[in-house]
Amino acid sequence: MQVLDYISAGSLKEVVGLLASNNGRARILCGGTDLLVQLRENRRRVELLIDIKNISELTSINYDDQSGLWLGAAASCHAISQNRFVLENYPGLVDAIHLIGGVQIQYRASVGGNLCNASPAADSIPALIVHNAGCLIVGSKGTREIPVEQFCMAPGKNALQNGEFLLAVKVPPPKENFGVHYLRFIPRNEMDIAVVGAGASVTLDKAKQKILSARIALAAVAPTPLFVEEAGMFLAGREITEENMREAARIAQAAARPISDLRGTVEYRKHLCAVLTRRALEKAIERARAS
Amino acid sequence: MNKKVRVQATINGEDVEFLCEPRQSLLEVLRETLGLTGAKEGCNNGNCGACNVILDGALVNSCLVLAVEINGRNVTTIEGIATQQGLHPLQEKFIAHAALQCGFCTPGFIVASKALLDQNPNPSENEVRQWLAGNLCRCTGYDRIVRAVLDAAQVQEKPL
Repeated sequence: MQVLDYISAGSLKEVVGLLASNNGRARILCGGTDLLVQLRENRRRVELLIDIKNISELTSINYDDQSGLWLGAAASCHAISQNRFVLENYPGLVDAIHLIGGVQIQYRASVGGNLCNASPAADSIPALIVHNAGCLIVGSKGTREIPVEQFCMAPGKNALQNGEFLLAVKVPPPKENFGVHYLRFIPRNEMDIAVVGAGASVTLDKAKQKILSARIALAAVAPTPLFVEEAGMFLAGREITEENMREAARIAQAAARPISDLRGTVEYRKHLCAVLTRRALEKAIERARAS
Repeated sequence: MNKKVRVQATINGEDVEFLCEPRQSLLEVLRETLGLTGAKEGCNNGNCGACNVILDGALVNSCLVLAVEINGRNVTTIEGIATQQGLHPLQEKFIAHAALQCGFCTPGFIVASKALLDQNPNPSENEVRQWLAGNLCRCTGYDRIVRAVLDAAQVQEKPL
């Protein structure tokens, strides 16, 4: 593993400066649970690691009624899932974060890092997509924000331009009659990579009989986490019926374009898409009704 | 010749100072530079937990921490679990329950279990199993390990 230098940055400005002056030769280090393994296996080459864990804006977890939840890009999975406010108001997000590795990984890994690593199987990304979350990106030209579903470009490749880095993930405030769930299938009980993962969010009407809007996203069935917009559009304005749930699951299944690998075949993954979408929706509806 | 960095930290209650290269993991420095060979290199990629240490109260895989990152911080390794008075209850109970066979994973399991009991002195069986999911043992089938941890929690609850 070839790393020539390490700097623990003290401010956002310093990070911007270091990324600019090292022009593509530096990389942000957060928990290192993906990056250090990739460097050790010579899958990436980096001259300078810029540690961002000591910058308070990047590790903070804040909330306000207007902009919602602010998850600093370096906030650890452990810090997020132990946060009382997050636990109470974003249970669908906690579902996903709890699935990322064991305790040792969760103390180090960040949700920002899970995003930047851009794995098609990343568990937190479908949960963020169905929450309608956004990525706040900083670079020498200022900041910009893009929806989470536009952040991953290909396996291991994200939308950050040279010199840019992820500042935070912004999740909108919880609404009334709103519920989210994420689940995945793995052959073990813990510590594995999703064969397929599915996230769903729903907003119900006041009587809690009808779906006003819905979002569905899948993991591990495409080169990037997959936002299935058409499944949510189908559900919008419809009653919660057996037939409508089945049709939404069928739409999600049709959108998936998985590959066969050691974790599962195309046919198996396609089958799982329908089953997991259905279960994610049912639990999201249950949570919306209880809200 | 790669650049070396000076790092100061507290390890098992003692102030230590060492030189390391930025690429070196905490595990590598513990074992090769500081002679603390209790933490084991199993997978060296964060899957097995054999290298577990406690970093400022957080359970971490030392293979996934750079040694330069611990500057000014506090680390507990398996060598810091027993006291002058004797073995920690977890160590006693691992022996009493024969919760090991080859023993390679044991330091990681004991450090991980210590981190659990530090924050949850009376865990349920399910909580123990969930917590230890990031530690792999290829010999025991885990059951004796889980029983040893639950038993140690009982002893800890009732101080002598």
